[in-house]
Amino acid sequence: MSGMRVVADLDLCQGHQLCQGEAPDVFGFDEDADVVVVLEKHPDEARRADVTQAVKYCPAFALTIEDGATEEEDRP
Amino acid sequence: MSTTTPQDLLADVPEVSTVLDDQSPEVPEIIRGTGHLPEMRVDPIGLFHRVREECGDIGRFRLADKDVVLVTGAEANEAFFRAPDSTLDQAAAYPFMTPIFGQGVVFDASPEERQQMLKNQALRGDMMRGHAQTIEAEIRRMVADWGDEGEIDLLDFFAELTIYTTSACLIGKPFREELDVRFAQLYHELEHGTDAIAYVDAYADIDSFRRRDAAREGLVALVQGIIDRRVERGPVPREERDLLDVLISLEMSADYVTGIFISMMFAGHHTSSGTASWAMIELLRHPDVMAQVVAELDDLYSDGSEVSFQALRSIPVLESALKETLRLHPPLVILMRLAQEDFELLGRTIPAGTVVASSPRVSNRIEEDFPKADAFDPGRYLDPRQEDLQNRWTWIPFGAGRHRCVGNAFAMMQMKAIFSVVLRDFEFEAAQPLDSYRDDFTKMVIQLEQPCRVRYRRRPGR
Repeated sequence: MSGMRVVADLDLCQGHQLCQGEAPDVFGFDEDADVVVVLEKHPDEARRADVTQAVKYCPAFALTIEDGATEEEDRP
Repeated sequence: MSTTTPQDLLADVPEVSTVLDDQSPEVPEIIRGTGHLPEMRVDPIGLFHRVREECGDIGRFRLADKDVVLVTGAEANEAFFRAPDSTLDQAAAYPFMTPIFGQGVVFDASPEERQQMLKNQALRGDMMRGHAQTIEAEIRRMVADWGDEGEIDLLDFFAELTIYTTSACLIGKPFREELDVRFAQLYHELEHGTDAIAYVDAYADIDSFRRRDAAREGLVALVQGIIDRRVERGPVPREERDLLDVLISLEMSADYVTGIFISMMFAGHHTSSGTASWAMIELLRHPDVMAQVVAELDDLYSDGSEVSFQALRSIPVLESALKETLRLHPPLVILMRLAQEDFELLGRTIPAGTVVASSPRVSNRIEEDFPKADAFDPGRYLDPRQEDLQNRWTWIPFGAGRHRCVGNAFAMMQMKAIFSVVLRDFEFEAAQPLDSYRDDFTKMVIQLEQPCRVRYRRRPGR
C-alpha cells in the first residue's frame, strides 16, 4: 500500500496537460472544464519518479504529492 | 451605522517612510506631490524592500492619488494570487501599457480566456516540439555570421533574437520572415516608454513617451507594408497562412493588428531577453556552475541528439541555474491589481479602489524561505531542498496562482534551447568588470543597462 497521495488544485490548473505526458495513468483531463483529473489518487510507489516529474514541471504549480504513512522513511 | 471612509480602513496598514521628498527640485514638476512616485521612478527595488523591512508582510506607499498596498510573504501572497479577477483586476493597474498596445487592445485575458487560448493555439503542450525546432533554427541563424571570435551586446543580441522567436512561434513564420532588426529596435523603444510618470499622465509631454509614440507609429508602418504586400500577392493555400492572414481577412486596420501583435509578444519578449542575458552574466560570475552546465550539455548531446528534442526534457543543472537567475533577477519586479471590491487581507479590509501589489523581487529574496537569499546557489533546486516547490507563494518569478505566467514552460524551453546551442559551440568571457552588469530600473519594463558586452570564441573542434 502506497503512502503517496496526489493532489491537484483545480483553482490553479491552467490546462497545459503536461502531467498527462509524464504519467498518463495517474493524470487525465476533463475536456469540458479544461482541468486535470487525478485518475489515481494513490499511485503505486513504482510510479513515484514519473509523478514527481509531473509535479515538478507543472507550469501552473497545481500539483502536489502528500506523503502519508511512509513520510518518515521518505525523508533522507 | 458608522461611516467608515476608505482612508480610515487603510489607516490599519502601515505606510512606508519617505526618503525622496516629492517636492524636491530634482523631481520633475509633473510628479511633484505624488508621494512615493518620484522614488519608484529612480529606485523601485529600494522602495519595495523598505516596505517589507519597515511594515512587514503588508505595508503601503502612495503613487499620486492611489494608495498601493504591497504584500509579501507566503500567506499574503497566496491571498493576493488566489483572488478572482472580479476582486483584484489587473487591467486597470498598468496605465503605462495602454499607449503601447493602443486603445481597445486588452492588457491581459481573463483566466478563462487564457485557458481557451492555450487550448486553441500557440502555447499548447503538443505545439512545443515545433516551437523548439523553430527556436533552435532562429538561434543558429543569429550566430551563423559570428565567425571564430567576437563581441556582442547582451541586450541587443537577446532582444533581437527574442523578437524573431516570439513572432515566429506566436504569430507565424511567414510574418517573422518579414521582420529584421528595425522591428526589434522599434519594439525596444516601446518597452523603454514605460516611465512611471504614466501613473499621473500616460501621455505626458516627455522624451521617452514621444519616442514611444513614434516607435509605435514606426511599427504600424512596418506592419502596413507587410499587409500591403500580402494583399497584392493575393490569397495563399490554407496551410501557408499565419495569424496575420487571418486578421487581414477580418479587415482589421494595421493600427489594430499592430496593437494585437505588440500585446501578444509583450509578455514573452523583454522577460525572455532579460533572463537569457542575466543567466549568461551569472554563469560568467560563477565559473564553477558554468563548467557544470557545459559538461552537462556536452554529455547530453554526445550521442548527436537534437536540441529541439532535449530542450523539452529535463536538463537539471542548466534548469537550476536558470531558476536561480529568475529568482535573483525576476523580469517583473512588481505585479499589481486594482481592488474592484473591498478585500480581506491578513485581517485588514482593503477598500475598493486601492491598488494591491506583490513583488517578485522582494518575495524571491525572503531570507527565511531562501537561506543566504542574495547568493546565487543553483543547489537550492536539488532534492530535497526544492526551494521553488517548497515556496510556491514566495518563489514567484513567474507570478503565482490564477495568473501565473501561462508561457513559463515555453520560456524555460526557449532558455534551454538558447544555452544548448551557444554553450556547445562557443566559450564566453566578460568584456567588462563582472560587477558592472546591472539593470536599468528607471522604467517599469526593466532592461539591462548598456554597455553589457561579452566576448565569445568558438570552441575547439566546433
